[in-house]
Amino acid sequence: MNLEWSDLHYDVLKEVGNIGAGNAATALAALLNEQIKMQVPQVIWLPLGEVSNRLGGAEEAVVGVLLDVESKAPCTILVVFPLQRALLLLDILFNKPLGESDCIDEMGASALQEVGNILAGSYLTSLNSFTGLGFIPMVPAIAVDMAGAVLDYVLAEFGQVADQVLLIETEFLALGEEIYSYFFLVPKSDALEAIFAALGVGHT
Amino acid sequence: MKETQRVGMADLAVASAPEVLMTIGLGSCIGVALYDSIVRVGGLAHVMLPKSNGPLVSNPAKFADTALPLLIRKMGDQGAQKQRLTAKLAGGAQMFKLERATDTMRIGARNLEAIVEWLEKERIPIVAQDTGGNWGRTVKLDTENGDFLVRTIAHGEKRL
Repeated sequence: MNLEWSDLHYDVLKEVGNIGAGNAATALAALLNEQIKMQVPQVIWLPLGEVSNRLGGAEEAVVGVLLDVESKAPCTILVVFPLQRALLLLDILFNKPLGESDCIDEMGASALQEVGNILAGSYLTSLNSFTGLGFIPMVPAIAVDMAGAVLDYVLAEFGQVADQVLLIETEFLALGEEIYSYFFLVPKSDALEAIFAALGVGHT
Repeated sequence: MKETQRVGMADLAVASAPEVLMTIGLGSCIGVALYDSIVRVGGLAHVMLPKSNGPLVSNPAKFADTALPLLIRKMGDQGAQKQRLTAKLAGGAQMFKLERATDTMRIGARNLEAIVEWLEKERIPIVAQDTGGNWGRTVKLDTENGDFLVRTIAHGEKRL
């Protein structure tokens, strides 16, 4: 993993992330029939140990939806909802009074997987239109557990080659910020180079 | 009040009685607790990957094959002796069930294999373990008596 990318590279990633996330927010708004606010995506290098702090601590209960993405630039997408926020999201999806859902049953799990799928799909559609690298999301998997435990599989893959991980992180806010989620795009080993080359900002 | 020292992901620490060592949110990672009951010195590593690749390792605490020797050396500095050490393990889960289980998916199982193999080679007995499954774990090593407390969200609490 090359740490010597310039500001230009980060700006390009941020812009691609921005457009992808905008697409995803539109899809989410249509699904929930709610206005979605989106924070400007952050492109950050984080030491491995600090990633779970961004989600409120390693023991915080979260819902993680993970998708492997096949491409010439393979990536992993992880959508993380704090547990309480995911329960509110389910109330909205199933037309229940807010606060009624108190656990994630099988139906809830598949609904949240579908939300992850929709976010990832619209994000990747836009990434694909810029790069032509053909991103194909695989079937999502879900885990409801401590943030540290949900994250460490994704981090381990990165940890093989680096002590820091690159995250393209977007926060989505709905219902006056009562619902938010984190969207992480984690490029695998040589994927970044392929993405930059396709965007015309390669190293050579 | 006992002092509790936190060990981060891909990190390790050593403490002596009455201090407590703790690491949070183990998924596919493994918490390796070593203990010398004579001098009451304990060590805890939050191991992320089975094997380092090459001699230049910037963070030895990340890999099983480099974290464990370092942990034992640091415990030695506080008076622990290798032949008296016992090991307790927790973690090594597979958090996500993806359709195609690639080798990286099995990272928890591979971590466990590497750690067990290393401990056997070094003749350090594994006296207890709570590993595998698909849930996260938080662990605490009490250096007063070597107790290893494993806490989960939905799978109860165990004292090993």
